[in-house]
Amino acid sequence: MAEAEVKLLGTWSSPFVLRIKWALKLKGVEYDFIEEDLQNKSPLLLKYNPVHKKVPVLVHDGKSIAESYVILEYIDETWKENPILPEDPYQRAMARFWSKFGDEKFLPSMWKFFISQGEKREEALVSASENLKILEGELKGKKFFNGETLGFADISLGWIVDTVSLLEEIMELKMIDEQRYPSLSAWMKNFSDFPGIKDSFPPQERMLTKYRTLREAYFATTRGTN
Amino acid sequence: MAPEKAVVLLDERVSPFGQRVRIALAEKGVEHEYQEEDLANKSPLLLKSNPVYKKIPVLIHDGKPICESLIIVQYIDEVWVRGSPLLPSNPYERANARFWADFVDKKIYDSGARMLKYTGQAHEEAKEEFIESLKLLEGELQDETYFGGENFGLVDIAFVPFTTWFYTFEVYGNFSIEKECPKLVAWGKRCMERESVSKSLQDPHVVYELLAYLLKKKYGKV
Repeated sequence: MAEAEVKLLGTWSSPFVLRIKWALKLKGVEYDFIEEDLQNKSPLLLKYNPVHKKVPVLVHDGKSIAESYVILEYIDETWKENPILPEDPYQRAMARFWSKFGDEKFLPSMWKFFISQGEKREEALVSASENLKILEGELKGKKFFNGETLGFADISLGWIVDTVSLLEEIMELKMIDEQRYPSLSAWMKNFSDFPGIKDSFPPQERMLTKYRTLREAYFATTRGTN
Repeated sequence: MAPEKAVVLLDERVSPFGQRVRIALAEKGVEHEYQEEDLANKSPLLLKSNPVYKKIPVLIHDGKPICESLIIVQYIDEVWVRGSPLLPSNPYERANARFWADFVDKKIYDSGARMLKYTGQAHEEAKEEFIESLKLLEGELQDETYFGGENFGLVDIAFVPFTTWFYTFEVYGNFSIEKECPKLVAWGKRCMERESVSKSLQDPHVVYELLAYLLKKKYGKV
């Protein structure tokens, strides 16, 4: 029987796309990766994600699934090896909660800090640090958010591992230091050492250039508006 | 059969997010204790159960709290397997249900709220986005009984509380939802025939009075 066709539409730099790559790798699923140009969206992307017109989009047997956490759950339910979500309903709810927290609270607060200047920057730092403390508190004593092995919440929060280091380098300050965030620091190392994750991060030099450029663009638009 | 472990719902009667949970609990026939929260004076139990967001709804099952309305609804579906499942069994259809439930929050609620809060250009843009989003959702419903097909499910539960906001949206937006999306309005009426829904939701005019009061108080909007 022919292997069912799996395609992933994405970009080289998107952390949301990367989490799908991790999940597929963990499950040993072969797929075609289609690099999208978001400034010039392809007919394929518009066909497979007409509602949001965003990446990632997973196409399996001609049917498309969009929104990264929806895709992750679909992958987990379709390919049963190496489960990402636990079996216990309460643990599942916790995994979903921390994934949502990462995307809806922590990520925006980090981004705001990254693009802010002056007084707003100070406020943004307080907010981002509070969220880091919350994550540290949740992780305490555990190797992964999922427990002994990597799971749904880890995959969802994995963008922290390379992106925060990136932002730290550009801003020339250390946000996740071992003293204040011992569990989070250990988690970052455990996560990046995990088989399949290690060499999967996008090329750092290219990412540095991209984020530096983005930051400059934000500063340029807000210059003279304070 | 072992006695059911204690279920407590921390909620606020008027919250559409809380209403989602109440509907799900009613659909599954789950006995629970209801605790009305005064959000201006949050209880120690709420602060302890949801330290991250300090928001309702929170479902506490056997002492363990679960937060975020759609996460709670899925939890209810996974724990109380009696009655009709709230999510389909096929993975692709489940993904589709999760996608549209997320759409209700990310697009419909977001643009609807902006339309209510803002005036001028921002209001007009939000209104356009809101109507477009409603139409997309209606496109998903087509001529089905519910978003879950024959089964009342996650997407129905996610969106139905906002049908009681339609009157408010129409007044502030100066348009008719029935004209733009007649199938959605018909679907809303069908849902109201379910006891779980009619008992959990508020009268649209009561919702209007409350929202009008809040909009004036918070944003000076009349």
